Amino acid sequence: MQIGQEGQIETITYKSEVKNLNFYYGAFNALKSINMVLHDKKITALIGPSGCGKSTFLRCFNRMHDLYPGNRYDGEIILYPDDVNILAQNVDPIEVRMRISMVFQKPNPFPKSIYENVAYGLRVRGIKQRAILDERVELALRNSALWEEVKDRQHDLAFNLSGGQQQRLCIARALATEPEILLFDEPTSALDPIATASIEELITDLKNKVTILIVTHNMQQAARVSDYTAYMYLGELIEFGVTDTIFIKPKNKQTEDYITGRFG
Amino acid sequence: MTEWRRNKADRVGKLGFSFRRHLHEKFIEFLLFLSAVLSIAIMFAIIVMLLKESWVFFQHVSLWDFLTDTQWTPLFDDAHYGILPLVSGTLVSSFIALAVALPLGTVIAVYLSEFAPFAVREVAKPFLELLGGVPTVVYGYFALLFVTPLLQAIFPELPGFNLLSAGLVMGIMIIPYVSSMTEDAMRAVPMNLREGSYAMGATRFQTAIRVVMPAAFSGIAAAYILGISRAVGETMVVAIAAGMQPNLTWNPMEPAATITAYIVQVSLGDLPHGSIGYQTIFAAGLTLLILTLIFNIIGHVLRKRYREVY
Repeated sequence: MQIGQEGQIETITYKSEVKNLNFYYGAFNALKSINMVLHDKKITALIGPSGCGKSTFLRCFNRMHDLYPGNRYDGEIILYPDDVNILAQNVDPIEVRMRISMVFQKPNPFPKSIYENVAYGLRVRGIKQRAILDERVELALRNSALWEEVKDRQHDLAFNLSGGQQQRLCIARALATEPEILLFDEPTSALDPIATASIEELITDLKNKVTILIVTHNMQQAARVSDYTAYMYLGELIEFGVTDTIFIKPKNKQTEDYITGRFG
Repeated sequence: MTEWRRNKADRVGKLGFSFRRHLHEKFIEFLLFLSAVLSIAIMFAIIVMLLKESWVFFQHVSLWDFLTDTQWTPLFDDAHYGILPLVSGTLVSSFIALAVALPLGTVIAVYLSEFAPFAVREVAKPFLELLGGVPTVVYGYFALLFVTPLLQAIFPELPGFNLLSAGLVMGIMIIPYVSSMTEDAMRAVPMNLREGSYAMGATRFQTAIRVVMPAAFSGIAAAYILGISRAVGETMVVAIAAGMQPNLTWNPMEPAATITAYIVQVSLGDLPHGSIGYQTIFAAGLTLLILTLIFNIIGHVLRKRYREVY
């Protein structure tokens, strides 16, 4: 692994630090000794060809792999400022997910109203007071640029929204609980170019508010939205650094080949 | 000139219409059509028969008496033809059965679909389905000879034939139907919805109750409706364990007859065809059909209204 512009990185605070992370689906070693950092309130993009382990890596951050039997983590993901390894056996995945939220590839609103979708995380946390719910739902919808479109029909079923609106609703749902890290798993791959543009704009707006880790297939997207980029291949982290450096002057030949389209 | 043109237009060579293939297709289509028509025809035949025979019955007994008389004694000298005692027996036994089957069936389904490890599910499911394969007459004797004495230990005044025991056992019998269909509906909910819920910090239970069950609503409603239809239409258990005395009561601790039990009783008897006593079973059958039809329509409306698209 090579770190670009090391001098600059030193001065920036980390939100999370990945130390020697290995991940196994049964016997298959899907992630190999990954070392990386997430910079606080910055956007980090994960790129690489299909099957390289980007999504697998992303899903380690909210312990999504715990849902299925036979998966095993090895190594550490340290969450700051707590300085706790969130992969540790005695860390409750639910507590992790309370602070690290996720937006999926395909919009997955719940079979509920728009309002209840956004309020879901709050209700799960036991918040019942109407005034608080109303306020937080409105704030989340405003932050996801959906408020103007849905404020008069918050109690309609979420399925009635368009694909792009559904994805912004899922972002609102994730934002409502004020997460510290927001994970995006190819959030625009199921959307048309216009909806994609609005989601990208939204992600850029979220910078400086929340730490973001985004998996993307689209290299232009990585270049457009991210501050840092990590290139992965076959479960290994090949290169990690400031996005501009990675895209203009990658140190690794493999990264260069992928980015310039000679490979992948 | 014109003749040449027509010839050219007609010339299709090997691209021509294959009469043999066409015939074959039509034949298959006809067979499929026939089997579809057959099932509908049988249903209509049943309805027509019930209506026709009930018509004869209602020549002798007014609809008003049928619906309001509180006694059902068609075989006595002092004959009364009030369906209410049979309806009350049917509703009480069904209500008890559903009070057992719907909650338990749902809980089992939630466990198997959302909580049980793979190995448990693979063992539990066939066993549950086996429970649904036990002949109903066995359940009838189980109610009469095992559950009733057990209940009598708690309620000493409980008669040997009673609706409570029959209803409870009927409920146990219906559990597999409800749980199996409910579980199928819940498992059909896509994984990405569950992941969405877990990613928000929800527990398994919260995910099951707040996301998976609402998403599976139409399938669960179908399971419940099937359970209700089974309870209302169940015959053997109530015929054996509830006694066969038509008795207008809402008290489950008493013996009573259901519509189905009465039909069995009369069908097995030696009443002459065409007698008014014989005609009563068609009127009772029609009532049963209408009851189940009402439940099915309610279920259909519910499913349409709450149909979820994901």
